Amino acid sequence: MTLVKESGGPASAPGRQAQTQFKGRKRYGELIIITVLRSAAILTVLTTIGIVLALLIPALGFFQQVPVTDFLFGDRWAPRFADASFGVIPLITATIWTTCIALLVAIPIGLGAAVLLSEYAKPGLRKVLKPILEILAGVPTVVYGYFALTFVQGTIFRDWLKLETGAFSVLAAGLVMGVMIVPTIASISEDAMNAVPQSLRQGSAALGANRMQTSIRVVFPAALSGIVAAVVLGVSRAIGETMIVALAAGNQARIVGGPLEEGQTMTGFIANAALGDSRVGSLEYDTLFAVGLLLFFVTLLINFISIQFVRRFREEY
Amino acid sequence: MTSIIDRGTTPLGHRRSKFSGERTPRALIFLVLIWACLAFSFLFLLILIVTTFIDGADRFTLSLFTEYPASSPDRAGARPAIIGSAWVIGTTAVLTIPLGVAAAIHLEEFADKRKWYNRVIELNVQNLAAVPAIVYGLLALAVLSFLGVQNKNIVIGGALALGLLILPVIIISTREAIRSVPIEIRQGSMALGASKWQTVWRQVLPASVPGIATGSILALSRALGEAAPLLVLGALVFLSFDPNGLLSGFTTMPIQIFDWTSRPQAGFQELAAATSILLLGLLVIMNGLAIFIRNRFQTRW
Repeated sequence: MTLVKESGGPASAPGRQAQTQFKGRKRYGELIIITVLRSAAILTVLTTIGIVLALLIPALGFFQQVPVTDFLFGDRWAPRFADASFGVIPLITATIWTTCIALLVAIPIGLGAAVLLSEYAKPGLRKVLKPILEILAGVPTVVYGYFALTFVQGTIFRDWLKLETGAFSVLAAGLVMGVMIVPTIASISEDAMNAVPQSLRQGSAALGANRMQTSIRVVFPAALSGIVAAVVLGVSRAIGETMIVALAAGNQARIVGGPLEEGQTMTGFIANAALGDSRVGSLEYDTLFAVGLLLFFVTLLINFISIQFVRRFREEY
Repeated sequence: MTSIIDRGTTPLGHRRSKFSGERTPRALIFLVLIWACLAFSFLFLLILIVTTFIDGADRFTLSLFTEYPASSPDRAGARPAIIGSAWVIGTTAVLTIPLGVAAAIHLEEFADKRKWYNRVIELNVQNLAAVPAIVYGLLALAVLSFLGVQNKNIVIGGALALGLLILPVIIISTREAIRSVPIEIRQGSMALGASKWQTVWRQVLPASVPGIATGSILALSRALGEAAPLLVLGALVFLSFDPNGLLSGFTTMPIQIFDWTSRPQAGFQELAAATSILLLGLLVIMNGLAIFIRNRFQTRW
């Protein structure tokens, strides 16, 4: 700015010149381009509206034939039987089992890995360890499903441990799914821990705490909102995961009483029902969307809880 | 493991040198535990890769690439699934990358963030990224039914489902790439008389191409491994021809793996493992390419 002033002359009125330049003449070509860009952004909103409509319309058709209470509170799921019954509780129990088992694996391992990467590892070591951990997130879920069915269930559970279990179990599916979401939880929690200011660690060290005490009592509480967000994202991934449960959890929709039993989750039902040919508009076809709608709302709800939680408990530094 | 502790207590260690009492039994147990977390994950990954290779190595032959699926595992191959994957992912890329980049440019460069509708779009993109994959399959199924398409297992339908699935991923990574271009570049361009769009097109976009390419390749590699949405469209079919167009029926590698895994004969499981090797290999190549582009072409401002 000072340079311009020193040079004097016509350039000494940069403000006015810039203003005329910014206005310029109307560029109709650019208006078109900007409209195209805006439509692309609006398309994302249309996708959401599309999802809601696509699920809601067939689901409404379904609920005209099956009362909502029968669907939500019925304990027998047999949509293909002669005396069809549409109680979604069995699908929900299987989903809860696989999700809880997955979280029992993913939360401790993910948080342990996050503490190691954020508080203990030197930058050089971290640069090596983190990408290896993230490979786990890149393995296709169908490959995990293959592994859960053939190795975890078939080889470990049945051949080596001689567990009393059939060809499928919610335990095998849940365990493998847990490892799948470890990188999700680890990397988001690690970001949250990295965001904790160094001064808190220094203060803790000055009071004589070691790294373990600092990690558990200082860094962990300070990063709690990010850690909760990570766990919640893990939950929603576990609920929505399809291929692992479709392959390894089994296809029998019944109330799951133990980890070694088989069971069909909500996503597992959608995947399996889609294998059969169901006519558009038939009750079978609509059933897919009713379960899909439930799945969508559950994940949406979890997402909003996460956003609220992060807002309320965020520590500002 | 001891070497980590030793390094930690030397004065050269950076943020940890100030801590004391690192060798108490509890602290050591904690250290062992968190290392065990990472070791378990790595061991799991290793076993997964090794068992898949052992199971599939015998069937990872030329016939996997040249043969069609058959009722006997000895004669079966994954040729239509490989070609189908190429068609679906190619179509997805052509449909989604321009759309995602355009939406990201709008949000980052043109949208007035004080306006509520632009904030809605932003929030919506974040939410879409968390919608389960299988729901996108239901969306594509409903759209195709709405349009009156009888056979829903067509390449363009699969690309629609996968495209909408990865659109938020591409938007988010493109926005990050655009945001990393410093404001001075824009100001310099405008000061030379360029319009807003000329600035974006000639300065901001070329500078963010490496970031966009990296993000898009990673998003496409996710689409390549995804099976659930396509399963809903009925992509599990017995194909005895090569998919050859946008309206052609198709099946993909993950679907083929799913099909073979769920069959009882051991021969089919070996084929599933062999196809998994191929899929994992392709994903490694794509991820390697993404990392290469990021390291080689990314400008550090």
